[in-house]
Amino acid sequence: MKDTTADGVALTVSGDAHPRGYLEEKGFWSWVYTLDHKRIGLLYLYTTLFFFLLGGIFALLIRIKLLYPGQQIFSDHMYNVLFTLHGSVMIFLFIIPAIPSGLGNFFIPLLIGARDVAFPRINLASYWVFVAGILVILASLVRPMDTGWTFYTPYSAKTAADVTLLSFGIFLVGMSSILTGLNFLVTIHKLRAPGMTWHRFPLFIWGMYATSIIQVVATPVVGITFLLLAMERLFGVGFFDPAKGGDPVLFQHFFWFYSHPVVYVMILPAMGIISEVIPVFSRKPIFGYRAIAYSSLAIAFIGFLVWGHHMFVSGMSKTANIIFSFLTFFVAVPTAIKVFNWIATMYKGSITFESPMLYALTFIFLFTFGGLTGMFLGALATNVHAHDTYFVVAHFHYTMMGGTMMGLLAGLHYWWPKMTGRMLSEKLARAGWLLTFIGFNVTFLTQFFLGYGGMPRRWAEYPAQFQPLNIVSTAGSWILAAGILIMFVNFIRGLYTGEPAPASPWKGLTLEWQVPSPPPTENFEEIPHITNWPYGYTKRKTDGYE
Amino acid sequence: MTNTLAYHQAASRSAWEIDAVFLFITVVSLFFFILVEGLLIYFAVRYRRRRAEEAHATSDVRSNFVLETVWVIIPSIVVIAFFVYGYVVYRDVTTPSPGASDIHVVAQQFLFNFKYPDGRTGINELRVPVGKPVKLIMTSRDVIHGFFVPAYRLKQDILPGRYTYLYLQPDKEGAYDVYCAEYCGGGHSTMRAKLIVMPPGEYANWVAGAAAEAAVPLADRGKALVEKFGCLGCHTVDGSPKVGPSLKGLFGRQGTLEDGRTVTADEEYIKESLYDPGAKIVKGFPNVMPTFKGTVSPDDVTAVIAYIKTLK
Repeated sequence: MKDTTADGVALTVSGDAHPRGYLEEKGFWSWVYTLDHKRIGLLYLYTTLFFFLLGGIFALLIRIKLLYPGQQIFSDHMYNVLFTLHGSVMIFLFIIPAIPSGLGNFFIPLLIGARDVAFPRINLASYWVFVAGILVILASLVRPMDTGWTFYTPYSAKTAADVTLLSFGIFLVGMSSILTGLNFLVTIHKLRAPGMTWHRFPLFIWGMYATSIIQVVATPVVGITFLLLAMERLFGVGFFDPAKGGDPVLFQHFFWFYSHPVVYVMILPAMGIISEVIPVFSRKPIFGYRAIAYSSLAIAFIGFLVWGHHMFVSGMSKTANIIFSFLTFFVAVPTAIKVFNWIATMYKGSITFESPMLYALTFIFLFTFGGLTGMFLGALATNVHAHDTYFVVAHFHYTMMGGTMMGLLAGLHYWWPKMTGRMLSEKLARAGWLLTFIGFNVTFLTQFFLGYGGMPRRWAEYPAQFQPLNIVSTAGSWILAAGILIMFVNFIRGLYTGEPAPASPWKGLTLEWQVPSPPPTENFEEIPHITNWPYGYTKRKTDGYE
Repeated sequence: MTNTLAYHQAASRSAWEIDAVFLFITVVSLFFFILVEGLLIYFAVRYRRRRAEEAHATSDVRSNFVLETVWVIIPSIVVIAFFVYGYVVYRDVTTPSPGASDIHVVAQQFLFNFKYPDGRTGINELRVPVGKPVKLIMTSRDVIHGFFVPAYRLKQDILPGRYTYLYLQPDKEGAYDVYCAEYCGGGHSTMRAKLIVMPPGEYANWVAGAAAEAAVPLADRGKALVEKFGCLGCHTVDGSPKVGPSLKGLFGRQGTLEDGRTVTADEEYIKESLYDPGAKIVKGFPNVMPTFKGTVSPDDVTAVIAYIKTLK
């Protein structure tokens, strides 16, 4: 079987023999001790996808409780535990690590022409620290948390639930995140193939570079915050206790100083994936390469200056509110630039709609909507009303699930053949996509109306006038669940009985498509010499195209 | 859906103004949303590959300086417009109206206590006369709560150990929901109150009835506390300074600190002076006052402040 790159260089791929590449070695210990960035990437991916399903089950339970306005189904306390678990699991165990540690680990070395990351042992350690964090978090379920994933003091300092254990678990997960970010930064700086200059990077690398900076700079702050919280609970030190001269709002500043930049840890890698997928399926060079690359850095930088927009009604001074509101709006500009560039890339392309492209287009559609609804929250006047209502819940699900999750799914469908050596069923992928898209919008679009209509978030019971829309939202969550179920059936089916994948099923030009699927253990037999950027997709009439 | 949206119909100037901002952002955002998604869908349909396997020629355009500059400038102008409009209305709804009457709110898990200056109290029921602006002076006994009036589109967190303020403009008679909007524990969603805006006559009748029931007016209780805790050993009520400044005319007075900063003696300052007396000593006075933290409860502080306000 022959495959060619766009430059017409023939690559021989022994499709019949179907080499298993880096997956050749078998057995439990070959995974536990692996130093191969691809295997570690897969470990992360499977772990995070497992927690995605778990967090999804919590979400479905939350929606079932909200079918009724009163104390039906289960107790208010149980509901409070469920939304805390849903938020904590989805954020700390799924959406933060999934793309960077999963796909990032697998593809950063491949995309820059390296044999592995800079520190393979630290890479493995970071995975096992992550697992240790997970175990501690699971241990906290004995007295499950009921504070919400935001841990606001003084409630979190007073509740009987095991806040200390959960926050220690998240501390460990954060350490793993720092190690991974550091590893990626060094890898991107030091292990590039000859000729791989910064402006020849695939844009996924730019996204991951910006992400890693945030991980390294911001994550220590949440670690420190949780240590202070632990000292408050264990030793009664009153950092956040007004009775001892502390300030509960100080906690919010610490918390959001990390937790706001970290939303860009979630979204920037997803934007990187979209920047890879759109040109491949449009057969067009990416439009505005430098603007997309630099806007990632701009978002990472501005992202550090806007944490106060989570606190407009917290009692912070009006002056601070005004400054934070002003700065917040300027995250919108580099984000808008990216969206315009992706759409301009499609102009005069030759577009096909395989599942990765469907998810990438869905990302643009939903993320634009999510971003624009952020305008209401950035503006002070409307924020005062919408803050802490379902409007906020809907907004961040549009950006995080409609954005990051769709970006991850685009990446998974795009790179699945490369990672596993097997193709996914396009039929199942499309069915999963359609149900996910419909279910998502039914679930969360309604919540904008609930929110502006005045329904506060984190309410176990609610006034009866909110019930009809809650029923619609819950029905949507079942359609969404069906779509995701089909998607996972497709993944598992693809793993075992999918057709063997060629080296470059989508005719991509980035380096990972120049090696067999799955790639061999050290990626490249010979380190490639890079002479051009990876987006030369143009088909000219002189090449025999009309 | 109409049921949900109509339930909290705008019932105050703040709500009308905030709804106007909402409408403005909606219209502008919708325009850009339709433009962007319209182009996305148009390009997807127009430039789709019609026959499989047969790619058609594609353009090699990689960037366009003018176009890219334009789409940096236009969103920047739009977001600045959003910011300015949002800020102007925010400033308006968070600025006290002249002649607003003070009502204290003390939140606790899971209810709101209301204290009127004349000693009336209420739990989960805030009654105000229509047309007269209200200033809520809020604090919490335990954890952070939120005071959310959907029909007014207003919200403010309530903190333990500090005062926060919310200004209400009761323009329409009626009963409006008040929700706790900051998660505060097990019974969070049951922490609801009513804001009842009454015609002036009815309100006056209610005041007469309720005031008769109230044991002591708030300021009187404050006076008793000031005497009981020995404050008068150092502070006079006739305007002459003793060891410490006189309480007469204290509320709202400005003072200069040792380091040159000026402070205004508002609720926050008085509370701080009781709990942490050394924090802001006005120039010329010794730092000798003991703390009353643990001795004087937040409720009592409220009463003391009400008393000091009467010493004009």
